Amino acid sequence: MSDDVKYQTLEHDVIVIGAGGAGLRAAIECSARGLKTALICKSLLGKAHTVMAEGGIAAALANVDAQDSWQTHFQDTLFGGKYLNNWRMAELHAKEAPERVKELERWGAVFDRTPDGKILQRAFGGHTYKRLAHVGDRTGLELIRTLQDKGIHQGIDVYMECTVTRLLKDGDRVCGAFGYWRETGRFVVFKARSIILATGGIGKAYKITSNSWEYTGDGQALGYEAGAELVDMEFVQFHPTGMVWPPGVMGLLVTEAVRGEGGILTNSKGERFMEKYDPKRMELSTRDVVARAIYTEVKEGRGSPHGGCFLDISHRGAEYVKKKLPSMYHQFKELADVDITTGPMEVGPTCHYTMGGIKVDADTAASRVPGLFAAGECSGGMNGANRLGGNSLSDLLVFGNRAGAGAADHAKKAPAPKMDEAQVNDAAKEMTGYFERPNAENPYQLHMDLQNTMHALVGIFREEKELSAAIGKLEDIKRRAKNVGIAEGNRMYNPGWHLCRDLHNMIVCAEAVTRAALMRKESRGGHSRIDFPKYDDHWGTHNIVIQKQGEAMKLAPCPVVQIPELKPLVDDKKAKEAK
Amino acid sequence: MSTRTFKIFRGDKEGGKDVDYNVEVEEGMVVLDAVHQIQRTQAGDLACRWNCKAAKCGSCSAEVNGKPRLMCKTRLDDFPEGETISVHPIKAFPIIRDLVTDVSWNYEVNKKIPPFTPRKDANWVMYQEDMDRVQEFRKCIECFLCQDVCHVLRNHDKKDQFYGPRFMVRVASLEMHPLDGLDRTKLLKNEGGIGLCNITKCCTEVCPEDIHITDNAIIPLKERVVDQFYDPVQMIWRALTGGNDGNKNPGLQQKD
Ligand code: SF4
Ligand code: SF4
Ligand code: FES
Repeated sequence: MSDDVKYQTLEHDVIVIGAGGAGLRAAIECSARGLKTALICKSLLGKAHTVMAEGGIAAALANVDAQDSWQTHFQDTLFGGKYLNNWRMAELHAKEAPERVKELERWGAVFDRTPDGKILQRAFGGHTYKRLAHVGDRTGLELIRTLQDKGIHQGIDVYMECTVTRLLKDGDRVCGAFGYWRETGRFVVFKARSIILATGGIGKAYKITSNSWEYTGDGQALGYEAGAELVDMEFVQFHPTGMVWPPGVMGLLVTEAVRGEGGILTNSKGERFMEKYDPKRMELSTRDVVARAIYTEVKEGRGSPHGGCFLDISHRGAEYVKKKLPSMYHQFKELADVDITTGPMEVGPTCHYTMGGIKVDADTAASRVPGLFAAGECSGGMNGANRLGGNSLSDLLVFGNRAGAGAADHAKKAPAPKMDEAQVNDAAKEMTGYFERPNAENPYQLHMDLQNTMHALVGIFREEKELSAAIGKLEDIKRRAKNVGIAEGNRMYNPGWHLCRDLHNMIVCAEAVTRAALMRKESRGGHSRIDFPKYDDHWGTHNIVIQKQGEAMKLAPCPVVQIPELKPLVDDKKAKEAK
Repeated sequence: MSTRTFKIFRGDKEGGKDVDYNVEVEEGMVVLDAVHQIQRTQAGDLACRWNCKAAKCGSCSAEVNGKPRLMCKTRLDDFPEGETISVHPIKAFPIIRDLVTDVSWNYEVNKKIPPFTPRKDANWVMYQEDMDRVQEFRKCIECFLCQDVCHVLRNHDKKDQFYGPRFMVRVASLEMHPLDGLDRTKLLKNEGGIGLCNITKCCTEVCPEDIHITDNAIIPLKERVVDQFYDPVQMIWRALTGGNDGNKNPGLQQKD
């Protein structure tokens, strides 16, 4: 074996790829069940995108609104997801979220309190009751730090700054993963009986996004290429409120908690425009509705100076704003010279979350590939066509926990993995290949072209003509990606080299989003077609499922997983909303 | 649009040098934007860490014109027009490459601090007044800028004797949690090396989260150490009763 493709081998029962909330929670569960568990993250531990989650964790604790119940949370989740959610996932989520929140408190999380000393809950878009357990506007940091401190004292092996580029297979099942250490560029093979994907979203395929460099659709692409199915990929959530100025921070998240705490949206004429789009819920309508409303206002010429709209919370008073939204206060003060306690901020939609992802079994988080599990944003089904704010952190905890249990059970039964040297060599050659291309395509340029394509042609509003054009552009980008490479530097901490491989995953996901968007001839949740602006009954009961067939993507509509016992709850919600 | 010159350290543990880059500057730009622009257009392999771009993850710590800062929070218009801006890796930790340093020591320290351990009688009723104090410490984003400026670590490299301000904050968040049942005072005094801190407050000054590290964390913790170990009444009491010293697990005594 030549020196440059040498690798080290590490053995575990279970490996978890991704160390945000879902990955951490999954790893804690695996190791609590006595399994040798590895947690692999692209960044340092504790830096995952979960830290950016601001508003809170949705759980029907009923501490503030005593009427709340798992049933209402389930109904709200389905209404938010426009009834395309996997019902069983939504049920488990609503039932188990309160226990997961209380467990965090027992592990040291310090939530804001009610006057009688319980966990405080706030209102959020699409939630009938005050439901979000929170810590000011930095709930995600609290969640990740709590899990991190729990995890490191439990014997989990944490591998930081390590990127997985391939899943390795033994026949049908997964048996390990191939990756590189960012620091040295050296290769590593992780052997395992179970693998949990928890890599988060695909936001970096879009130009304006709240996501960091890590969110390149790794889990979705790794899973897809290993034989797992993807579901609901057309549903991309544009968070209605991202910063629009200055240019460097365009897309940066402005928490929904601003609206939860009473923030008001207006256009350049001073009109409170949500009256037109959702008079019942106003600013606290679901994210898809608010994002389209802002987009429409701007497009029709009623936008703010930097191409967004105004969001004002100053009427709540300086002290309250600083107490409840401290990081928003600082973010605007320091980055945009705007004091949100005295005037409005400018906001506009930003690519935030992917509802779709790896299709999993609700109870165990297993994909259809034996030994492969997925949880959190890189899995699909829980959120249907649109995710409610606050349901992400709870999703991470509930299904992180379940994936951990599922993967642990599988690992206990599965025979020892057999490695195939040829797969490893192939993976190593792919990575060294990026240095061996004369006249290589610049990865940064190609990345920008991908982002521009997705932004312009597969954004908030879509139509056949543009989607078809996007497919053509993506084919071209795929062709150029074959020649992507880097001449500068070596394998030591080289972000250009890293991007070469990340691009591959982004392109797989971009294609899945675009093809599914082209197939779904209706508008629903995070998918709006100008040419098919209405709901369609057939599509209202079908998810689009994608699998790899040879080199091609195969798409097929597949009936929504419903549960007869829950039907009365769903019908009741539909009747209420129809009124 | 104007251009500005950046002097950026390029190199690794074998050595390196400052390299000049000219960057097209837009309104509202921060140092991290400039670094990204250089990556995109001039040096594809320029190594730096970042995640959130919003001063929330603590990844992008560096020394900008000699001052420890978060690159994503440092605006270019804070510097006089035309001034060259230097960007160096943080100094208290070994360099990996360019702006990236090896901060793994911090993660090892954290493992040595006994985690939150609820009191047996915890009823989970807690009031906001008690939370405020702890929540201040829990704002920490682990940027390690305080570790970088603390002379005990930076100039004297006493990493084997002092946990550093970040972990004083961490211990404070546990010790002041109303339902925590452990006492980490002995750990602070011995392995933690709290005595090495001479309250220069440099850590507090750089903290991007405005945590009052010295006033609210270190000084109260120092007081606890003094109360427990140097208070004559307490010392006699411990001598008579066998005290906490009978515990073989240093720093792991149960609170009363
Ligand atoms: S106050 Fe103490 S911990 Fe902070 S920088 Fe000074 S010596 Fe270090
Ligand atoms: S205490 Fe402040 S300076 Fe120190 S690591 Fe935490 S956030 Fe950074
Ligand atoms: S990038 Fe997260 S703190 Fe700067």
